[in-house]
Amino acid sequence: MKTKFNLIILFIFLIFCFIIFYKGLNNPNIYIPKTNIEKNLPTFKAKDFSTNINIDSKKVFAEESYYIVNIWASWCIPCRKEHSLLMELSKNQSIILIGLNYRDNLNNAKKFINELGNPYTKILIDNDGLLGVEFGAYGVPETFLINKNKKIIKKFVGPINKKIVEEIELIIK
Amino acid sequence: MKILKIFLIIFLSIGFSQLKSDEKKDELNNKILKNIRCLICQGQSVYDSESDFASSIKIIVDKKINDGMSEDQVYKFLRDKYGDWIIYDPELNKNTYILWLLPLLLFLAGGAIVLKNLVYKN
Repeated sequence: MKTKFNLIILFIFLIFCFIIFYKGLNNPNIYIPKTNIEKNLPTFKAKDFSTNINIDSKKVFAEESYYIVNIWASWCIPCRKEHSLLMELSKNQSIILIGLNYRDNLNNAKKFINELGNPYTKILIDNDGLLGVEFGAYGVPETFLINKNKKIIKKFVGPINKKIVEEIELIIK
Repeated sequence: MKILKIFLIIFLSIGFSQLKSDEKKDELNNKILKNIRCLICQGQSVYDSESDFASSIKIIVDKKINDGMSEDQVYKFLRDKYGDWIIYDPELNKNTYILWLLPLLLFLAGGAIVLKNLVYKN
């Protein structure tokens, strides 16, 4: 009787462990600290994707409008997934999309844009990932929402989805 | 000949002092990199990692040191970008005081229990 009871307890314990580990497997393994503080937009100089000329960030963010900075690369598979949503966002007149081409081969990046379309008003080249660090990025894809006061108000790590697009559209309304 | 020798000594001493300052810079660089967490890796410092994120951080730390930033200034720069989590050795502030004080409190409580038992036994 006692051994049967012990076996049942052991079985329940094993199921409990299985559920915990199974849930843990589905959790993202990147820890992102929650920060509610708005961050100032960094100032920098970067090369323009189409002209290859150095431009100042103040010129890039000169309009009094909401901006989206999207970090992407042609080698990044999730970037392909989110691209159609960026194309959809680019139709919105009250937001300007800026692309940050992260550690990429220029020819491959151009092919990517030609194939999937260009949602960006301007694309900046980030060959060594330093611009990404200025924004506090972890990698690709990553999306930042900047308000009219030039403050970074939202950061989305990973590919954006329908829910995020709706959230952005609600903020910029 | 004597002048040539003097020139050679001066040249070598300048060369060695340059090497020494580079060595110091590398030491500082490595010290900082070992104290920065690679945020996309599992339990690795930026120094140990070869990820894209780590290599960007390595470049930026090197750049900041060459610009004349001190160790604390580099940490502050990275903390501003990524929060306290990026530094292995977090500073004492309102978010981290439990982290710093709890071990001390536990040590004091443990010590008090041991002391009490000793006094009781005696």
